[in-house]
Formats: sequence, C-alpha cells, structure tokens
Amino acid sequence: MKDLFDLFLTFARIGGLTFGGGYAMLPIIQKEIVEDRKWATEEEILDYYAVGQCTPGVIAVNTATFIGYKLKGVLGGIVATLGVVFPSFIIIMIIAAFIANFAEMAIVQSAFAGIRVAVVALIITTVIKLVKSSVKDYIGGIIALLAFIISAFIGISPVYVVLAAGFTGFISKKIVGGKK
Amino acid sequence: MIYLILFLEFFKIGLFSVGGGLATIPFLYELSDKYQWFSHQMLMDMIAVSESTPGAIGVNMATFAGYHTTGILGGIIATLGLVTPSIIIIIIVANFLNKFKESALVDSIFYGLRPAVAGLIAAAGYQVFQVSILTLEKFNLSHKIIELIDIKATILLVILIFAIYKFKKHPIIYIACAALIGILFKF
Repeated sequence: MKDLFDLFLTFARIGGLTFGGGYAMLPIIQKEIVEDRKWATEEEILDYYAVGQCTPGVIAVNTATFIGYKLKGVLGGIVATLGVVFPSFIIIMIIAAFIANFAEMAIVQSAFAGIRVAVVALIITTVIKLVKSSVKDYIGGIIALLAFIISAFIGISPVYVVLAAGFTGFISKKIVGGKK
Repeated sequence: MIYLILFLEFFKIGLFSVGGGLATIPFLYELSDKYQWFSHQMLMDMIAVSESTPGAIGVNMATFAGYHTTGILGGIIATLGLVTPSIIIIIIVANFLNKFKESALVDSIFYGLRPAVAGLIAAAGYQVFQVSILTLEKFNLSHKIIELIDIKATILLVILIFAIYKFKKHPIIYIACAALIGILFKF
C-alpha cells in the first residue's frame, strides 16, 4: 500500500512538472525514476517511449503505465497512470472554472516564455545523456541523426520514424550478425 | 447516459490517436461537430490552455472538454475514458515484451529504436527551441543575423545549461527559476 502511494505521488510530481507534452517529461523521469529511485534504467525508459509512441494513446500516459506495471503489476500500471493525470486534472478544472482567459494573461505568457527556455535547456542536457547511452556505433548515430532531421524539419509522424528505426535495427543486426 | 457517451467517445480517442497528445486534436474537432458539447472557438482556447499548463496535452484536452460538457464528473469520466485503452494495450504489450526479452529479434529491434527515440526527443526540443529562442519572422524581415535569436532567451538558455551541469538539481528548480525570470524580465 505504501509502495503504491509512493508510486502515485512520484508520477503525480512528474505529471505536474511536465510542460509541453510527453517528450518534455523525460528530463523529470530521468531524475526521479532513473537517478533517484532506480526503478528503471535509461535504456528501459527509451524502450517504453518507443513502444508508447507507436501504440495508441498519450505518450506520457503510456510511459507511466509501463513503468508502474513493471514495478507493481496491473495495479501499479493503473496507479501510476492515475498519478500522472492527477495534477492536470486539478489544474485544468480550476482554470476552467475560475480563470476565463488564462492563456491570454500577460503574466502567464511571460512565465511560460521563461519555462519554455528551461524546457529547451533540460531537453538538450537529457538528449546528450541519452545519445551517450543509446548510440553504440555508427549505425546508431545515423539512426539518431535521421530521426531528428525527419521529425524536426520534414514533419513526418514520429510513428513512422519509430517503425522504420525498428526495422533498420532488425536488418542491420541480421547483416552484421551474418558476417560474424 | 451522457456520461456513458462521454466515456466511450474519449475511449475511442484514446484508442485511435497514435503518436501523442496533439494527435487527439482532429478527433476533438469531430466531437465538436457531432455533439455541440463545445464550439470550435472553445476548442482553440482549450488548446492554448492545455499548452500553457503542466501535464500531457491529450489529458488536459480531455479534462477540459469533459468539464465543459457536464462539469467535474464529466472531466473525470472523459479523462478515464482517454487513458483506459492505453492501460489495457500497454499491459498487454509489456507482458509480451517480458516474455520475449531474451529473444534476439526483439533485441535487434530495440537496438534500432533507442537511438531513434533520442533523435525524436531532440526534435521535440528543437520545436520548443524554435518558438522560444529563434525569431525567424523578425530575421526574414530584416535579414540581420543579430535578429535571428532572442537575446534575452539565449542568455537564459546558456545560464540554465551551465547551471544544470554544475549543480545537478531537480528540474523543478530550473523550471521555477525560469518562470520567475520570464515574469521579471518580461519575456
């Protein structure tokens, strides 16, 4: 029971600190789940993201379910998911009920302009860590670079990028494995 | 009965929106046309609010839309509807992956996936970078290199990256400081 409560609170904290969607959540997950609690490794988190990207649903929710399920089974998956949506829930309700033009307020816009810069800084430092742990050879380097370019500049859905990368991994291991 | 419809409609959105929160938006437009629960204008406001509050955008949108339909209970039910398919599907997939963890096939697929995810996260970062640091519109008008970037934001970015490496604190510290600096220096 105490474990489940801890799981709920951890994911509630992650949900409350996620500004700008599922990918922006990663620096917080990295800190809370990988570094502080050691509930999952960096590689496992990347795997969850890859699966979360090409299965239906919101990525943040998919990743939370994955980690919760790994730790505490089905109940853990449900508790982690409820935790990650809980803050959104409270905040959105309050805004919907009381603050009609929240997004247009000058103070909100200034605060979020600042927060976005912090999100960029956190993502840059996290990506550097991730590249170090996930890119093991030049094929990995090419995949990472192509995924970045395709998604940032061409605007093809990340779903296809993930599918193509999985296929490339499969093929390249076959070829490299065959030579040995 | 409205609650059942609400749950089912958001369950459908959760089931069919592959690729993250923003993929829910076209479905919400459809809902707006189908039920008149909220107008297109309200939907645009919802997107703005969802993007300027913490949390996954898809979840924020569901809560907002549900609340506008039938109040607090509607918000709860819409959100639960949205996440239920994820929970079911992910648990099935996680189970499957556990069974095949040792398989060379699954291993080789993830060998390709991990660097791709790192690239996708970098791309998500670039998108935020584009709206917060770059001022392309200004640059296109004047063609002065100095107007390509927002000076205030760039200085803050450099300081923050330096601070993250130096102090290794929890991300909340940097987010809170940046929000405060944004307000004080009128970003």
